[in-house]
Amino acid sequence: MATDISKHAHTGIQDVEQLTIAPLRHPWRNVAVAIVLVLVLALLYSVATNPEFQWPVVGRYLFDPLILRGVVMTLVLTAIIMVLACVGGTLVALMLISPSRLLSVPANLFVWFFRGMPALVQLIFWYNMALLFKQIGLFIPFYGMVFSIPTNDIITPFVAAVIALSLQESGYMAEIVRNGLKSVGRGQTEAALCLGMKPSLLMRRIVLPQSMRVIIPPTGNEMINLLKTTSLVSTIAVGDLLYSAQSIYARTFETIPLLLVASAWYLAIVSVTTVGQSYLEFHFSRDEAKAKPSLLNSIASQLFSFRRRSRS
Amino acid sequence: MNHFERFGVDPNTMIHAAGVRKNFGPLEVLKGVDLTVSKGSVACIIGPSGSGKSTFLRCINHLEEVNSGLILVDGNFVGYRLQGDTLHELPASAICQRRAEIGMVFQHFNLFPNMTVLENLIEAPVRVRKEPVAQAREHALELLRRVGLEAKRDVYPRNLSGGQQQRVAIARALAMKPKVLLFDEPTSALDPELVGEVLEVMKDLAQGGMTMVVVTHEIGFAREVADTLVFMDGGVVVEKGDPKEMIANPTSQRTRDFLGRVL
Repeated sequence: MATDISKHAHTGIQDVEQLTIAPLRHPWRNVAVAIVLVLVLALLYSVATNPEFQWPVVGRYLFDPLILRGVVMTLVLTAIIMVLACVGGTLVALMLISPSRLLSVPANLFVWFFRGMPALVQLIFWYNMALLFKQIGLFIPFYGMVFSIPTNDIITPFVAAVIALSLQESGYMAEIVRNGLKSVGRGQTEAALCLGMKPSLLMRRIVLPQSMRVIIPPTGNEMINLLKTTSLVSTIAVGDLLYSAQSIYARTFETIPLLLVASAWYLAIVSVTTVGQSYLEFHFSRDEAKAKPSLLNSIASQLFSFRRRSRS
Repeated sequence: MNHFERFGVDPNTMIHAAGVRKNFGPLEVLKGVDLTVSKGSVACIIGPSGSGKSTFLRCINHLEEVNSGLILVDGNFVGYRLQGDTLHELPASAICQRRAEIGMVFQHFNLFPNMTVLENLIEAPVRVRKEPVAQAREHALELLRRVGLEAKRDVYPRNLSGGQQQRVAIARALAMKPKVLLFDEPTSALDPELVGEVLEVMKDLAQGGMTMVVVTHEIGFAREVADTLVFMDGGVVVEKGDPKEMIANPTSQRTRDFLGRVL
């Protein structure tokens, strides 16, 4: 077209196809890469050559029965606490959004209290519950004590750990679930009501499934946090992963290698959890995703994509 | 239960509203609305924004509770049980049962984004009416054919245009075989070129004998399809009557002003 050619006439280029784009150079980025590379190599060298790491000892204890028992205990604790926290958190969240202040105020207090207390303090508190209540029982007014048991028979270290951590985790989960429920628009509830769906049905079929996509990512984080927080239970003598490692190095003084063994297991479990989380996220955003991510692909693409382009 | 006789209403009526008042806190939105819609007829409600037309529509299916006045749909209260002279509030499950007979189409469609088009249509018939899945699917596909979207049955709503979403929303409301359909500004959120396809579906429904109450800004549609045109302003019905006559010769000054602005 005549107008197009006259536009480019002053550059002397007749064919627009000849124009090339010179990408912007990033010299400082290259410097940063060089520094990081040097640091990483230095670290690897030290890890490989420092004999104090005692890698053969790490290998020996990695699948030690005591360590494996600790891994199982850590997993069992995490699973039980997480299930209790999800149920408890959802109940508290439903109370939080209730129109009745008699329900929402206690729920707010619950969240305030159990989220505000440090996990370690709660653990020790529940562990020492027998100092506060010598007996636990059921008392019916005008009838009397139905039964009563010494507190120490019920609150074993394991039970103390489950109660303390699941109460704290419920506080966190309540906030997460509440946010998720709030993220579903009022229109969805109204549409479901107009189709004759009861509140319980529309909560189960419409609101909860849609809030899942907001709930799952932070819940995955919580689970990873919880997995690591369970290492605190070693202080009240529950035989978890860290406690097992400690009990071995207390005897053999191979402190560093056993801590490495525990670290390796924690990292391995967290990695598996992360993959599971991305699958759950996919499941609850089916309408958005184009194709199911293959397991190897997603790991490979996360590990080996050196440059991240901003998503278009 | 049919209370039409007791309140002296013609049995051929579908919706009867009398003296409906509604306030949100100190703000009185409806100040005594009277309206009767007979079976198989179409009523279009027009009026400036904030005139209470959407609120009135939401009162009909008890999404909003009225503060006084009565609304009967097919001879019955949606949110109450009449015993003697007392209206007893019904529990949510009973209200839902009655609300299932009243379809509603929203301005923003409100399709369930986590379900495909077909799943959107069969959800309520299967879960609320306990219809067998196969039967619900068959009915749903027939409705999708009717709104011209059979090919989109397995698509998620976000991949549809606004006009297509609204047609699916209409089909979803029809899947419950409602006695009456309420439309809350069904074309207001649509791009201008998509309005026609939705109005076409609504016209088709009206000709099929569906009782409809439509809150709309489409005066052309109202003139062509409505049996009754209702003009609301300031929480009251200012004027109602035959649409062609009313648009040509509005009796009230407020109606004349409004029509002058929108035509």
